[in-house]
Amino acid sequence: MSTVTGRRDRRGVGTGAARPDGIPKVTGEFAYSSDLWEAGMLWGATLRSPHPSARIISIDTTAAVAMPGVRAVLTADDVPGRPTYGLEVPDQPVFASDVVRYVGEPIAAVAADHYDIARRAAAAIVVTYDVLDPLLDPEASLTAEPLHPDGNVFRHMVIRHGDPDAVGDPAAGDIVVEGTYEVGMQDQAPLGTESGLAKPTADGGVELRIGTQWLHVDRDQIAASLDLDPDLVQVELAGVGGAFGAREDVSLQIHLCLLAKRTGRPVKMIYGREESFLGHVHRHPARMWFRHTAKADGTLVKVEAKLLFDGGAYCSSSPAVLANATCFAGGPYKIPNAVVEGSAVRTNNPPCGAMRGFGSVQVCFGHEGQMDKLAAALGMDPVELRLKNALAPGDRLITGQRLDGAAPVAALIEAVAASPLPGEVDGPMGLPGGPGRTTQAGDVRRGVALAVGFKNLMFSEGYDDSAAAKIRLFDGVATVSTACAEVGQGFVTLVHQIVHEVLGDDIEVVLNTASTTDVGSAGSTSASRQTWMSGGAVKLAADDIKAQVDLDPDRAEYLADVVHQHTPTTPLDENGQGEPHVSFTFACHRAVVDVDPELGVLRLVDLVTSQEVGKILNPVQLLGQLEGGAAQGAGLALMEEIVLEGGHIKNPSFTDYLIPTSFDLPELRVAAIIEEPEPHLGAPFGAKGVGEAPTISSGAAVIAAIRAATGLELPRVPVRPSDIALSPDRTP
Amino acid sequence: MNYKLSVNGTDHTVESTWEGESLLYVLRERLGLPGAKGACEQGECGSCSVLLDGDLVCSCLVLAAAAEGRDVRTVEAVAGPEGLSDVQQAFLDAGAVQCGFCTPGLIVAVHDLLERHPQPDDLTMREELAGNLCRCTGYGRIMEAVRMAADRRAASA
Ligand code: FES
Ligand code: FES
Repeated sequence: MSTVTGRRDRRGVGTGAARPDGIPKVTGEFAYSSDLWEAGMLWGATLRSPHPSARIISIDTTAAVAMPGVRAVLTADDVPGRPTYGLEVPDQPVFASDVVRYVGEPIAAVAADHYDIARRAAAAIVVTYDVLDPLLDPEASLTAEPLHPDGNVFRHMVIRHGDPDAVGDPAAGDIVVEGTYEVGMQDQAPLGTESGLAKPTADGGVELRIGTQWLHVDRDQIAASLDLDPDLVQVELAGVGGAFGAREDVSLQIHLCLLAKRTGRPVKMIYGREESFLGHVHRHPARMWFRHTAKADGTLVKVEAKLLFDGGAYCSSSPAVLANATCFAGGPYKIPNAVVEGSAVRTNNPPCGAMRGFGSVQVCFGHEGQMDKLAAALGMDPVELRLKNALAPGDRLITGQRLDGAAPVAALIEAVAASPLPGEVDGPMGLPGGPGRTTQAGDVRRGVALAVGFKNLMFSEGYDDSAAAKIRLFDGVATVSTACAEVGQGFVTLVHQIVHEVLGDDIEVVLNTASTTDVGSAGSTSASRQTWMSGGAVKLAADDIKAQVDLDPDRAEYLADVVHQHTPTTPLDENGQGEPHVSFTFACHRAVVDVDPELGVLRLVDLVTSQEVGKILNPVQLLGQLEGGAAQGAGLALMEEIVLEGGHIKNPSFTDYLIPTSFDLPELRVAAIIEEPEPHLGAPFGAKGVGEAPTISSGAAVIAAIRAATGLELPRVPVRPSDIALSPDRTP
Repeated sequence: MNYKLSVNGTDHTVESTWEGESLLYVLRERLGLPGAKGACEQGECGSCSVLLDGDLVCSCLVLAAAAEGRDVRTVEAVAGPEGLSDVQQAFLDAGAVQCGFCTPGLIVAVHDLLERHPQPDDLTMREELAGNLCRCTGYGRIMEAVRMAADRRAASA
């Protein structure tokens, strides 16, 4: 049982300062994007494709338009500007007009007086389709007829490092192990579904209040499709019910703004849970092949991998996800020679894009599975094998980039491995099957295993990544503006702490609502980047104010206006070599799982972690990220999968898409938090983002523990009860 | 057709042309009480938890019109005039709130839990609260908040 409150006698960094939005959140007064209300407000609804692939022959909106209470029905013909949008490539239609490429693709949007009228009107639109055979196999996509004018390959890349032709020497006892791994499609499942409210403004523009991860890029995409000057599109952050990558792409933003402009009235939209599953991108399903070569003493000689990521119908952030998967495919180990080939392709499956861990999660299942296989083949302890190969400062990654910051991989592994193991569970409730009481204690087999993973912080490959912040100090009040999207992670708390740390506990800090109108872009709340980028921008602005006060303490008002950029990175060359990343984050997990092999049910009994964090800004929030991130990783290993059949999502509900409940998880134990202040300029007080690393190795540790308990290969994630109970390889 | 609802001790007349509206919808969209949240609308997530005649229910599964003549209590009534309830305070002190979307439902559910189990052990509280999904916290700080509230109640009893 861990009680972490942190000191609260000061208000600066390192304290357990309370969230400034905490009180309204516990009283129910906090206004989420789904809670917005305006007089005269209409409700919006969306019509979506029921087919994964079809030509649209005709769209007849007559019946919908004629329904009482319906105020607007919009299709592709009503988009005045750019007909498409997209984070990296604008390849996705705002409304499909000629073809549909996935189940759930928007075709029309309706605004009406009542929520239910809007939905009924959307259902009354008659679309005639010429249904086509969907392309659902990512392997087949590589050679199939293109599904889109942009082609089927979002990105193909190869990393060749060291001697790509290196081979092991069997005579000297070198060992080669091969493995194929598969990861299913995971959903971010933020509790708040997509929602927002748009209203027309007097100057001919539009104002949108929305739960999003990236205000300015939403604004730019809305402006392009509405053919408006970006200044006429004001995007303001409403309360966000979680994000985890699901809100980085546009969902209902453009539809809402079009409806508000057309009707001249405020329009609100809320997706139901099923529509939410259809309306945002998911974590890429992956098929991965690996071949590891090592010397008899366990030293890695070479890692080869081929990765195939199913990007679904549209591009979203597939190229960047693939780059991460490819760059981190070998895991946090010294790898002298590597050949890693990755492809992200288009299919008629639902589009995939950002989710916490962003490409590193999928490959971690592969590289950690391989390390365990290698250890078994060598007759070596898996912890020892990992320690032998662990990355250390100064080492080169397979991209050729040298690690110039912290990389305490061995220390993370050692801390977790040294953590005491739990005893037997106490009572029948703690057995696999839990309150179902289906398992006899004597049937239970226990598995223990460890996994380690890493990824980059912030955007990579030369992306021009920046964050803006402003502070006005007047009469003892520091008013801070940043467009950083608070999605639950606690950035708002850090702003207060950072400003107090620099300007003192006595001033009052006021944080303006994030919007596109009073400050420049903060960039996205993703890639573990906002603590460093927007936190760094706030720190720079506060430092600037402090310098002004020191110089001239008698002024009434002080202003600072900064744009923070991190150390530049470079693109990858044709061999995947370069300096593509700014910095890295590492974590390790060990899982203890009890399995009832007869029934295939299991219980995660214990999960222990260690992580490298730069510097702790708020110990309570840090722990919250470690716990929440580990839960999502464990969820992927244990239960979370969007089940696809013929391109249709078969389980778009919380009845059928399971996320961990409190009963599915043990209390996460923290074996070590390693603070090594980030040396790169701009990381505030040496702190770095902590939110993604916990999701990377947690699931891989859980899978490995299930393998250890059952002796089964279990190459596919998540593990289903039938994979265990019905496995032909199971030894009774 | 109009009907009456008693919510947090106040009587409201609901003017609705359609009796198919859920209690969750009516609380949020007609009575101006958006504290209860909808995240699944099929009884799986607990975000919409309210008390109906003292019983914990998912308001998304209750027809509003069927709640006529019954006592509805929502998260808006949890804090007293003297301020936050002990459970609300414990959620803040333990760091149990991230995005907070699950929080109002959990606050109602934890009050209900502690009424029935003043000192729940770990598995009891995990099982009892398994109907309230949280996607952000992994439940660690939420369990800590429950322990904190239970201990403080015991200490002040
Ligand atoms: S909204 Fe009622 S249980 Fe989910
Ligand atoms: S705090 Fe976000 S769902 Fe619980």
